[in-house]
Amino acid sequence: MTGETGLAIRTEDLRKTYTGSRGDVPAVRGIDLSVSSGQFFGLLGPNGAGKSTTIGMLTTLVLPTGGQAWVAGLDVVADPVGVKRRIGVVTQNNTLDMQLTVAENLEFRSRFFGLSPREASRRAAQLLEVFGMTDKRKAMSTDLSGGQARRLLIARALVHRPDVLFLDEPTAGLDPQTRVNLWDILRLLHAEGQTILLTTHYMEEAEALCEQVAVMDHGRILASGTVSELKDGVGAETVITVRYEDLVPEAVTAWAGLADRPGVSKVETEGDHIRVFTREPEGVLGELVTAGSAAGLTVRDATQLKPSLETVFLTLTGRDYRE
Amino acid sequence: MTTTTRHAPADVAEYAGVPEASQVAALIADAPEPRPTMLRTFNAMMAREFRVLSRNAISLFTRAVMQPLLFVFVFAYVFPKIGGGFMLSGGAAAASHTGSINFATILVPGLMASMLLMQGIMAVTFPLVMEFSWQRTIEDRALAPVPISVLAIQKIVAGAVQSFIGACIVFPIVLFVHAAGQAPHVHVTNWALLALILVFASLLTASLGLLLGTIMDPRKMQMLFAVILLPATMLGCVYYPWSALHHIRWLQIAVLINPMVYMSEGLRAVLTPVLGHMPMWGVLLALIGGTVVFAYLGTRTFTKRVLN
Repeated sequence: MTGETGLAIRTEDLRKTYTGSRGDVPAVRGIDLSVSSGQFFGLLGPNGAGKSTTIGMLTTLVLPTGGQAWVAGLDVVADPVGVKRRIGVVTQNNTLDMQLTVAENLEFRSRFFGLSPREASRRAAQLLEVFGMTDKRKAMSTDLSGGQARRLLIARALVHRPDVLFLDEPTAGLDPQTRVNLWDILRLLHAEGQTILLTTHYMEEAEALCEQVAVMDHGRILASGTVSELKDGVGAETVITVRYEDLVPEAVTAWAGLADRPGVSKVETEGDHIRVFTREPEGVLGELVTAGSAAGLTVRDATQLKPSLETVFLTLTGRDYRE
Repeated sequence: MTTTTRHAPADVAEYAGVPEASQVAALIADAPEPRPTMLRTFNAMMAREFRVLSRNAISLFTRAVMQPLLFVFVFAYVFPKIGGGFMLSGGAAAASHTGSINFATILVPGLMASMLLMQGIMAVTFPLVMEFSWQRTIEDRALAPVPISVLAIQKIVAGAVQSFIGACIVFPIVLFVHAAGQAPHVHVTNWALLALILVFASLLTASLGLLLGTIMDPRKMQMLFAVILLPATMLGCVYYPWSALHHIRWLQIAVLINPMVYMSEGLRAVLTPVLGHMPMWGVLLALIGGTVVFAYLGTRTFTKRVLN
């Protein structure tokens, strides 16, 4: 039913609640997504936001406890085998077959998808060539570096030309060089029309790659749209945060006027820091530092974030992304 | 500092892994059409098992050979040589109604059965516990285009094949390693029945291995030996025939919950019929019924563990 509309992924009020010994833990609390064919879609949120559970449900490995989801037009609960035929998945953890070599990992995955041994070894050779790993073909998969393993995982997810490629935190724990390298590969795949859904907790990764982004936290989608839509909509403000050595006295008189400054939409004072959301950041930082010193507070650190997905997240959740 | 490293020529090498756009285009355009069927995927998974088996053949072989080899060496060679009459008379007493039966005869089916259990657990439970812990590598095969239950059945079949091979390796050892005049009395009249019993005994241990692998807490793996393997073997009619237990009636009845008993006794019935053994209908009922029950339970818990 979703196939007709050209949607690669669609969810309706999708939910997952884990039942444990300490009661029910809702991981995903009713999300609606739609990803069109050929799109590069990013699911952005901090660790524990429910991104992996969402990807788990879309890839049939996690059973939803409510709502519905379709991938490539097929219901993930009613037809998991059909969905698995049409998706490639790069899990967050290294799920390479440790008993096999690099080439065998690709060959056997190809054969799982019905290729003959001959086709499988040809496909493996092609993938190794493209991913620059031909010289590693005989190495055991346990001997690969983190970046190489990640590349092999992506190659393995592509053996059967999936309609949708799922990547769960593909660059988590990688060094910056390797990350940029993987980004390039993903961009090329997308340019060739590959539909990609990626989860990430790196703002810059979503900004660098994704056409469409959904910001997720506590199992809910807080906002979605293109990166620029999100910035214009909720996060077109600069966020200035100043932390002091001591707790911030709620009523430092010098700050009383801040909220009335032109462009300032919000001032938050909490614990040891003060945070100002403004469209006209000029001079605000200096003022906060000076006023703090006047009140006897020592500045520990100060940040000024230009409008970005990070400020979008701050605005939506009211908390720092890295907290 | 960061700016200089970013533009350092050394990093160009790092980018060698970035493919050409045309290569990526070919990757997508030239991809062979996947046409998976349940049977193809199943066969491919079995082929993977055999690839891994052949790679580890030497260590697997050594593991399979050492225990039974040392066992028959000590009990069928060393003991008779050093005049270990107590062992012989013990064995004879255990099989008193069958006349002069040496211990080697008792050991042939017993050690084969014990090997079946051991291999079933080693081949299924251990890898499974690994696959479920740490990196959850089970997800690799869970994403293959077949229902999860097929994956479970494939694990049982692969484990059963290993068990079967293990038993075949043990057979010549227990048959030929003994002191002069201490040869076991092996006499097979029904090869088909032997094959049937070996096949179902293998499937039973592999099914049990699957169930254990899905319910065991990985941190308590050592308990497997103390709580499952050791009692199953010691009380599994490996070292004495079931019929001899009539001296201890309560034990003879109690051991009937042990699947190992039926494997030992089934093999005893077809390999060394000279020895008293359990009725064949009981053996077959237990082996086939046990396989069905354990395979069903194992597949259920496996599916639950994979799909959380």
